[in-house]
Amino acid sequence: MTDLLERRSAVSTLLDRLPDALVVTGLGSPTYDVYAAGQRDTNFYLWGAMGGAVPLALGLALAQSDRSVLAVTGDGEQLMGIGSLASVAACAPPNLTIVVLDNGHFGETGMQASHTSLGTDLAAVARGFGIARARTVETTEQLVELTDVAAQRSGTTFACVRVGLHENARAMPPRDGVANKHSFRAALGLTTF
Amino acid sequence: MSTAVAATTWQESVFRGLKKAGVRQVAYVPDAGHAHAIQQAKDDPEIRDVVLTTEEEGVALVCGAWLGGDRAVLLMQSSGVGNCVNMFSLLESCRFPFLTIVTMRGEYAEFNPWQGPMGRATQRALELMGVTVMRVEDPDEVEATISAAADSVFLAGERVAVLLGQKMIGRKKWEQD
Repeated sequence: MTDLLERRSAVSTLLDRLPDALVVTGLGSPTYDVYAAGQRDTNFYLWGAMGGAVPLALGLALAQSDRSVLAVTGDGEQLMGIGSLASVAACAPPNLTIVVLDNGHFGETGMQASHTSLGTDLAAVARGFGIARARTVETTEQLVELTDVAAQRSGTTFACVRVGLHENARAMPPRDGVANKHSFRAALGLTTF
Repeated sequence: MSTAVAATTWQESVFRGLKKAGVRQVAYVPDAGHAHAIQQAKDDPEIRDVVLTTEEEGVALVCGAWLGGDRAVLLMQSSGVGNCVNMFSLLESCRFPFLTIVTMRGEYAEFNPWQGPMGRATQRALELMGVTVMRVEDPDEVEATISAAADSVFLAGERVAVLLGQKMIGRKKWEQD
């Protein structure tokens, strides 16, 4: 466990290198990590709807094919919506990149070990579902390469980013989902409804 | 293939109503009653069809589509409504427009008792989670009802489920297996 990436700096690297990406976050720490990297109107933060980050990002990626779409979630949230990786593979939107920050634990509820600490390999799962470009990321170099791939929008990409059990202060974005929806759509030039 | 299903008027009406409403993404867990609309969605170059492993994915997908400017619909059977319950909180938390077309089981000439519990709870489950229910029993009213629901959803930002009654759908006999 010595050299695992630190989640906040990993997310910061990702987002700094993908300034134009549309970002969907999974509830819990990934929502805080993305907000800590800097507020953008094109971030959509989930505070619930566990298992929904990837299918929500899929609908967004299909609607916005000219933009890179990034789902940033955790191992627990991804596990609850694991079947959505099959649905993503079936559609294969070239502009969608899924980043799972995998610390092997349910961080929001007391750090209970998750399945990824107990034998599940999420990159292998994603590959098995049919996402050919699936990888485990353990170094900053691999993280940087991942952002290059994501920016190209040349194929659905899945990355299981192994991160340590670092303690971070909570960085909480507003919990007003309606306001978040409106500001996100406004940033794309869309009306409220 | 689509030839396994004889497209009756109400089945064609489902897709026609969605097409006229400008739907661009059709997400579904298959049901025989939706087979025609699913095939039409696949054949339409302007529409993306998205097959799901569970219906709750479709709730999130429809919201993501709306965030990105697409109108979307979730097609499912009544059993799928139960799979969606917590994901429905996304709709109210963010007041996303939401349209779903639900084929009913467990309510009329149902041969499978396993369809009963969720079929009987479908309408109340939707309403408990803040989704307005419109029921259709008359095949001549399918297109108009979907059109009315689509207006409420896409023009007024509402959350609406159109339930297609099992009496209208008919006894399950349209597929061998």
